Amino acid sequence: MSNIKDSQGDVWEVFVQSKPGLPHKHAGSVHATDKEMALQNARDMYTRRNEGTCLWVVPLNAIVSSMPEDSGSFFDPADDKAYRHPTHYIMPEGAKHI
Amino acid sequence: MTTKEALINYCLRIGDTSLILGQRMSEWCSNGPILEEDIAMTNIALDHIGQARTMLTYAGELEGKGRTEDDFAYKRHEREYYNSLLSERPNGHFGDTVARNFLQSAYFYHLYSALSSSKDNMIAAHAAKSLKEVTYHLRHSAEWVVRLGDGTEESKEKIQTSFDEIWEYTGDLFEMNEVDDVLIKEGIAINQTEIKAKWDKTVDEVLVRAKLQRPKDAYMHSGRLNAIHSEYLGHLLAEMQFLPRAYPDAKW
Repeated sequence: MSNIKDSQGDVWEVFVQSKPGLPHKHAGSVHATDKEMALQNARDMYTRRNEGTCLWVVPLNAIVSSMPEDSGSFFDPADDKAYRHPTHYIMPEGAKHI
Repeated sequence: MTTKEALINYCLRIGDTSLILGQRMSEWCSNGPILEEDIAMTNIALDHIGQARTMLTYAGELEGKGRTEDDFAYKRHEREYYNSLLSERPNGHFGDTVARNFLQSAYFYHLYSALSSSKDNMIAAHAAKSLKEVTYHLRHSAEWVVRLGDGTEESKEKIQTSFDEIWEYTGDLFEMNEVDDVLIKEGIAINQTEIKAKWDKTVDEVLVRAKLQRPKDAYMHSGRLNAIHSEYLGHLLAEMQFLPRAYPDAKW
């Protein structure tokens, strides 16, 4: 696997789950030469003050990101489609718990 | 020797070893090979200093003469320290630190595993709490032993030399005297020969994974039990104790 290299090993993106059941959120990145060390480094960098219950580390080159130049075609078409949001619809009278 | 006298000495052995290793690890602060490792080693330093605080405070309470954790840490002389000879070895290069920490952490891991069921509540609680920390220290150092041992030709040669050179300080970890006799009888302490058997197994397993040779047991230094130290402890204490000795009224 060829990750992005500098002098300090590969870059791994770190995701921290703050409580069981909650999604893992991106916290930052660490350098490491392999996955076990990446996990240890992530533990030291991001969870030593009680921030987490679970950690994911992902090699940077395994992440596929959309490009800024694609943002028009990716995201703009959603702008004028208010009917995709639930607030577009008028609630029927008498409907509760919506 | 009363049980209390023995227990005070036992607390100092554990607390001093934690304190001195913590001080050694703090020397890596801002000098780590990479940022992540710098933070890891500083974390480990703080864990050890935290462990030392509990034991030195407890020693002071048992003694009952009003000595605090700071009095123990900063106002004792070299010949009043009961830390292991291993813990005071200089950091050397990264591999030297890894080898030293691995051998000491494997010891702490098995010591605290056993002391978690000590009949002294304070020792048992301290051991149970510290076990989580030293489990991580052992994992951290063991993984590095494997990576350096099974890494490049140069890293293998360097860490093998680190183990060969530091080995003669490992015998000191397992020596016993009257303190142990008194406390083992009371169910407070653990027989060091039991720790040694488990330590041997852990060390062998990791060295095999790392494709390294276990050094042969030959001459072993001793000193811990009688507060006799190598030439390195005095220098370490001079640095560690400078501020509170120069400015006795300084507050944190």
